[in-house]
Amino acid sequence: MSMIGKLVAQRLALGLLTLFVVSLIIFLCVELLPGNLAQEILGQAATPETVAAFNRELGLDLPPHERYIAWLLDMTKGDFGRSLASQREISELLGMRVQNTFFLATLAAVIAIPLAVTLGILAALYRDSWYDRIVNVVTLTSISFPEFFVAYILIIVLAVNLGIFPSISNISEDLGFWEKVYRSALPALTLTLVVVAHMMRMTRAAIINLLASPYIEMARLKGLKPGRIILKHALPNALAPIINVVVLNLAYLVVGVVLVEVVFVYPGLGQLFVDSVSKRDIPVVQACSLIFAMTYVLLNLLADVLSIMSNPRLLHPR
Amino acid sequence: MKNINELTYLAKNSRITRRDFMAKASALGVTAAVASTVWAGSAKAAPKKGGKFRYGASHGNTTDTLDPGTFNNGGIIHQGFGMRNHLSEVDNDGSLVPDLAEGWEASDDASEWVFTLRKGVEFHNGKTLDANDVIASMNHHRGKDTKSAAKPLLAPVTELRADGKNKVVFKLAGGSADFPYTVSDYHLAIMPADKEGKVDWRSGVGTGGYIKQSFEPGVRATYKRNPNYFKAGRAHFDEVEFLTITDVVARTTALSTGEVDAMSRCDLKTVHLLKRRKGVKVEEVTGTLHYTIPMHTDVAPFDNNDVRLALKYAIDREALLQIILKGHGVVGNDHPISTANRYHAGDLPQRKYDLDKAKFHLKKAGLSSLSVNLSAADAAFVGAVDAAVLYKEQAAKAGININVVREPSDGYWSNVWLKKPWSMVYWGGRPTEDMMFSQSLAEGADWNESHFSHKRFNELLVKARAELDEAKRRAMYVEMQTIVNQVGGTVVPLFANYVFAMSDKVHHDPKMAGNWDMDGDKAMERWWFG
Repeated sequence: MSMIGKLVAQRLALGLLTLFVVSLIIFLCVELLPGNLAQEILGQAATPETVAAFNRELGLDLPPHERYIAWLLDMTKGDFGRSLASQREISELLGMRVQNTFFLATLAAVIAIPLAVTLGILAALYRDSWYDRIVNVVTLTSISFPEFFVAYILIIVLAVNLGIFPSISNISEDLGFWEKVYRSALPALTLTLVVVAHMMRMTRAAIINLLASPYIEMARLKGLKPGRIILKHALPNALAPIINVVVLNLAYLVVGVVLVEVVFVYPGLGQLFVDSVSKRDIPVVQACSLIFAMTYVLLNLLADVLSIMSNPRLLHPR
Repeated sequence: MKNINELTYLAKNSRITRRDFMAKASALGVTAAVASTVWAGSAKAAPKKGGKFRYGASHGNTTDTLDPGTFNNGGIIHQGFGMRNHLSEVDNDGSLVPDLAEGWEASDDASEWVFTLRKGVEFHNGKTLDANDVIASMNHHRGKDTKSAAKPLLAPVTELRADGKNKVVFKLAGGSADFPYTVSDYHLAIMPADKEGKVDWRSGVGTGGYIKQSFEPGVRATYKRNPNYFKAGRAHFDEVEFLTITDVVARTTALSTGEVDAMSRCDLKTVHLLKRRKGVKVEEVTGTLHYTIPMHTDVAPFDNNDVRLALKYAIDREALLQIILKGHGVVGNDHPISTANRYHAGDLPQRKYDLDKAKFHLKKAGLSSLSVNLSAADAAFVGAVDAAVLYKEQAAKAGININVVREPSDGYWSNVWLKKPWSMVYWGGRPTEDMMFSQSLAEGADWNESHFSHKRFNELLVKARAELDEAKRRAMYVEMQTIVNQVGGTVVPLFANYVFAMSDKVHHDPKMAGNWDMDGDKAMERWWFG
C-alpha cells in the first residue's frame, strides 16, 4: 500500500503544478481577448471616462503581472477573491453552482454507469446477435447527435407531448431531494445518452478481447456457463480499461455540460463560466477553470489508483 | 385633476380606484349617479389582484448587479422597474406621466426644472422619500468617479439642489423641453440615500411595487408585492418569479408547457407555429428599436453625399424586413425617429430600392464603380452579418462592391463601432426626438456614429429643445428628419418590432408601451391574471 501512498502524494504535487500552469494560461488567454470588463459591461454606452472610472475602482489599470501575482497570493491563502462584475465573494457565488453541477453529474453517473456496464457485458455475451447490433446502433446514434439535439428530442417527447417531466430545470436551494431529482431528470437523461455509448463499447471490447485468451478457453472446456465465464473470469481482468473510460466520462459529466445547462436552464458552473469569460471577469474565470482542472486531476488519479488496485500484478510488484 | 375626461382616462387605464374616482368626480361637480355610470363604462376590464407571475426573460447575466448605472440588458432593466420608481414614467400609451414626482415646472427658457415629490411615499425599508434621496440617486450617475452608463444623460445638469423636503431643482446648461423624459430613463432610479449622501443600490430597496425576496443574477429572482405601493391600479401579482432563459427554444418550450407565464423575444422563424399553440398568445409592438448602418461622413468616399445617397438607394429594405425580421418590423427611412415617437415625419417620402437612382448618384459623384468595406458582427443585432451579406448582393446590381468584414462580437462596441468607417449598429431608441438626435447625430456627441456635422441641424436641435410650442417644435423636428434623410451619413434600414408571448391567462391594457420590450419592461407592474 505504501507504493500507492507514494503515487498519490507524487501525483497531487504534480497536480498542484498543473493547476498553477492552468491558471497562468487562462489568465493570459483572457488578457489577450479584445475588450475588458468595463467595456463589456457598459457595451454600447461605454465612454472613455466611465471606462476609466471602472478600471480605477477595480484596479484594472494595474499592469497584468501585478494583478496576477496579487490574485496568486490571495489564492495561496485560500481566498478566491471577489467577482469583478458583482463584487460578490466568489466562494459564495460558486457554492450553490458547484453543488448543482456535481449533483447533476452524480445523477447522470448513477444512471449511466450501471446501464453502460450491463449493456456492455450483455453485448459481449451475445456478441454478433441481434441484441448486440441493436444496442450498438442505438447508443452510437445517440452519441453521434449533438447534445442539444438529443436534449430537444427528449423535451419534445417527454415534456411537451407527454408532459412527464418539466422542460426546464428550475432548481433552487429550498427544494427537497426528490423534487430536485425530478426537475433534473431530463438533463440527466440527456447526459446519460451522450456518455453511455463510450463506456458500453469499451466494456464490450475489453471483455471480447479477453475471450480469446487461453484461460477463458480452459474455463469453457471445463463446461462453465458463458455468463459465469464473463462475470467471474473475464470481467475482473477487463476492469482496468473500463475504469479508465468510466472515470474519463465522469470528468466529462462535470466539465462538458455547458450546452445541456443552457438548454435546460440548469444553474450550474457552465453558465457562470461562459458569462464570466464573455464579461472578462477574470477571478471568476480562474476559479471555475481551477475547479474544472482539479476535477480532471483528481479523477485521473482515481482512475490510476483503481486500475492498480484491480490488478494484482501492479499491486504486488516483484 | 382638470376634467372628467382625464378622470375617465385614468379609470380606463386602471390608474385610479373606484373610491378615488367617485371622490374626485364629485369634486368636479358630477353627481354620484352619473359618476357611477361613467366608472362602470370605463373600468370594465378592472384588473384582478393575485397569483404568481413567472417570467422567462431572454436576457440576463450572472454578472448583473442591482446598480442601475450598469444595467445593460432587458432582464435586469425589468427587475429594476419592478423594485424602484423614477421621477417620471413613460406610460403604456407613450405619454409621460408623473411617477415619484407628482408634477414638474420649467422656467420660461426650460433651463431650470423643479420637480415636486409625492408626499408620504415609503421605501421598502420604511424610510420616507425626500429630496435627498433623489439628489443622491442622480449624483450616483454624475462626477468623475461614476461608473454609470447614464453619465452623458445628466451631463447638461449644472446644478442640483433641494428646495425644502419635497422639491428638487435641476439647473441645466441650456433649455431642454424634454428634460422630464430624461429622468424616466431606466438608469435614473430613485434609491434611498444614507447619511453621506450615497445611495444604497446593493439591497435592491426602492419604492416600487415589488420587494426583492431573492436575487441570483442570471438565474432567478423572486419578488413579493409591496403592500404599501403608492401607485393605484398597478402591481397586481402577489408574487413574481423571474427566470433567465437565454436559449430561445428552452424559453418557448417553457411557455408551451406552462413552466412560465410569459416570455420575451420569440424566435421569429417559428413564431407562426407558437401562435397556433392553445393557451398561448403572441403580442407585437412597434417601438423605437432600430438598426443603423452609419458611415463616417468625414472619411472618403463617404464624405461625398452622392456616394451616401447611392448607398441608401442600393439597399432593399423590404427584402431585409422579410428575410431578417420575417416581416416583424417596419422599414426605416434613413432617420432614427420611429412611428412611435411624437414628431415622426410621416409625410417624408419613403426611400425605396432604386438601382437607377443609385447609379445616377454614383455617376454624379464621378465614379463608375465603388468598393467599400462594411464591418459586421452579430453583436450589433441578431442577423447583422446576414443583413450585411444581403446588402452586398443588392448593391452589387448597382455596380457597388460591398466587402463584408466579419468582426468579432467580443469588444464590438469598443473596437468596431465608432472606430470603423462603416459598420452595423442597433439603437434601443429613445423616448424623445431630442434624446435620439442629441446622442446619435449632434456635433460633438460621444456617439455621433456618422461624424455628422450640419450647421442647420445643430441650430435646430438647440432651438427645438427649448421650444415649448408644440406646432413649432413639430415643424423643426420634421425639418431635422428631412435633413438627416437627405444628407445624413446613416442608412436606417429597419425598425424591429418587440415580439413576445404569454399564457392566455395573462391580461394587459389594450395598448402596450413601445419604448422597451415587454410593455416598456413593466409587465411585472402592469399585467395581471384574468
